[in-house]
Amino acid sequence: MLTESDTTSPPGTAAAPVRRRGAAYAWRRRLHSTWVALLAWAAALVFFFPVAWMFVSGFKREADASTDPPAFVFTPTLDQFEAILGRDFTPFLLNSLMASIGSTILVIVLATPAAYALSLAPVGRWRDSLFFFISTRFMPPAAIILPLYIIANNVGVLDNATMLSLVYTAMNLPIAVWMIRSFLLEVPTAVLEAAKVDGAGFFTEVRKIILPMIAPGLAATALICFIFAWNEFFFAVSLTSTRAATVPVFLTGFITSEGLFLARLSAAATMAAFPVILAGWIAQKWLVRGLTLGAVK
Amino acid sequence: MTATESPVAARERRGPGAPKKEPKLPVGERWKRRGPLLPALLLVIVLTQLPFAATVYYSFQDRNLLRPDEAGFAGFANYGAVLGDAQFRGAVFNTVFLTATVVLLSMILGIALAVLLDQKFLGRSIVRTLLITPFLAMPAAAALIWKHAMLNPVYGVLNWALSPFGVDRVDWVSEHPMFSLVLMLVWQWTPFMMLIVLAGLQSQNPELLEAARIDGAGPGAIFVRITFPQLRRFIELAVLLGSIFIVQTFDPIYLITQGGPGQATTNLPYFIYQRTFRAFEVGEAAAAGVVVVAGTIVIAMFALRVFASMFREEAR
Repeated sequence: MLTESDTTSPPGTAAAPVRRRGAAYAWRRRLHSTWVALLAWAAALVFFFPVAWMFVSGFKREADASTDPPAFVFTPTLDQFEAILGRDFTPFLLNSLMASIGSTILVIVLATPAAYALSLAPVGRWRDSLFFFISTRFMPPAAIILPLYIIANNVGVLDNATMLSLVYTAMNLPIAVWMIRSFLLEVPTAVLEAAKVDGAGFFTEVRKIILPMIAPGLAATALICFIFAWNEFFFAVSLTSTRAATVPVFLTGFITSEGLFLARLSAAATMAAFPVILAGWIAQKWLVRGLTLGAVK
Repeated sequence: MTATESPVAARERRGPGAPKKEPKLPVGERWKRRGPLLPALLLVIVLTQLPFAATVYYSFQDRNLLRPDEAGFAGFANYGAVLGDAQFRGAVFNTVFLTATVVLLSMILGIALAVLLDQKFLGRSIVRTLLITPFLAMPAAAALIWKHAMLNPVYGVLNWALSPFGVDRVDWVSEHPMFSLVLMLVWQWTPFMMLIVLAGLQSQNPELLEAARIDGAGPGAIFVRITFPQLRRFIELAVLLGSIFIVQTFDPIYLITQGGPGQATTNLPYFIYQRTFRAFEVGEAAAAGVVVVAGTIVIAMFALRVFASMFREEAR
């Protein structure tokens, strides 16, 4: 008690030391922010290095890629990219595009009405449905892969890009429903009320008011679903083999190192990873909403 | 609740203090509202819930895909076989170890980076963009780059970076397989933790922080007394979601270590994959799958509770 009353100064005098500290304080803050900048930049370069290295090594000749110490200066070449494209990479790329774009379109088409039914015109027990969606996202793929494989095999859709995009749709629907719902809830109530007063029917309301307002949100949701589908490996490697195999499955050809192949691997990995890295950079403002299924904005 | 009240207004009134009962709608209207929800619900049920029900069924069957005619009811024999299997117990241990280590380390790094990014400095948005990239890079591509370009004993960048410190040509993947996986996964998951913690930091009320500063609270006191309690929910959410997803780790194990050497880095998803697609032991693989789900449900219960608490706040 005693020490506390000693250190607390009366309200009138409190401002004075703060003002006196002014110049020194500002200088300390500037030094502090220099340190913050240095640390943050150092961390960023360390974390980004493997990706940058992958990108750079793709432009090397094999002899430049596997050197000790690593070569930072070299003559760039496009040989590796040409070799990868010549090595039947295109079918894998097309399968990946079909599975991810197909599933993303389907996800948006299915999730938007579902999110509407869980927000603006809520069904009974809408909370249970929302939590049901989220709990399906927690299902470990390993626990359902066997029946999916057996069913797909019996129906004859094993190694089929449509089957894969359906699986990705189910995988991404919970994220999309939660995200789109969070965007729908941001549509101002007054705007919807006004539309009703003006006699707008349901479809006019959706087409002229709701969709334009949530369009950026839908784009963000689509980008995030595309990222997850494009990067997915477990279902792809389990459910496809020759006809519908996607880009990550193509990369399994690089598991064991036989001779000099690092530059070629880097070129393949660059082509595999860059579309999604770009999509993620574009969508980064909404990334956290997607990662937390809309719980954090 | 009157009949003229719009659904939107009704929704906004629903909060902790609001009446619990939903508005009673006529049957036709209720089905009209359910309509838009059903296709999505149906697809998710058909592709996740029914297969899981089938997994539970298979887990009680004695079945091998190579001998399809010999299937029969097995009771709890598969569970007995799996739980008595040292390889399975090893996989459980590896899963828990890998998940706990990666979550803990990436959370510590994530908090540190989020605190840095929460301050103003030159190029902050570029730094943020660079830092999230590991999470965006295709895990399969990243795993192979780590294996061959970073961790290679002869021309790997890690050995080169460590050579000034007297570390000599370590073959990381074969000598320290678990460490290699942890390293790659921490690299991959730190941005995830960082983004969620950063969102938490930026949701703080700046006036409150300013008031605390004027009252003479130092940065340490502000962090312990104000920032951390507010961050707790975000950290919990990141830890729980991270755990659920990291338990499912498959790509780097398949691509970097193949679960080896021996079974040293086999986790549950890889164990199930091998039992299913290498040994075709349907019953045992299914039983292992059910065990994984049981474990996941425990984490998911906590996760859902955090979601529900965020949800209540949003509805307020």
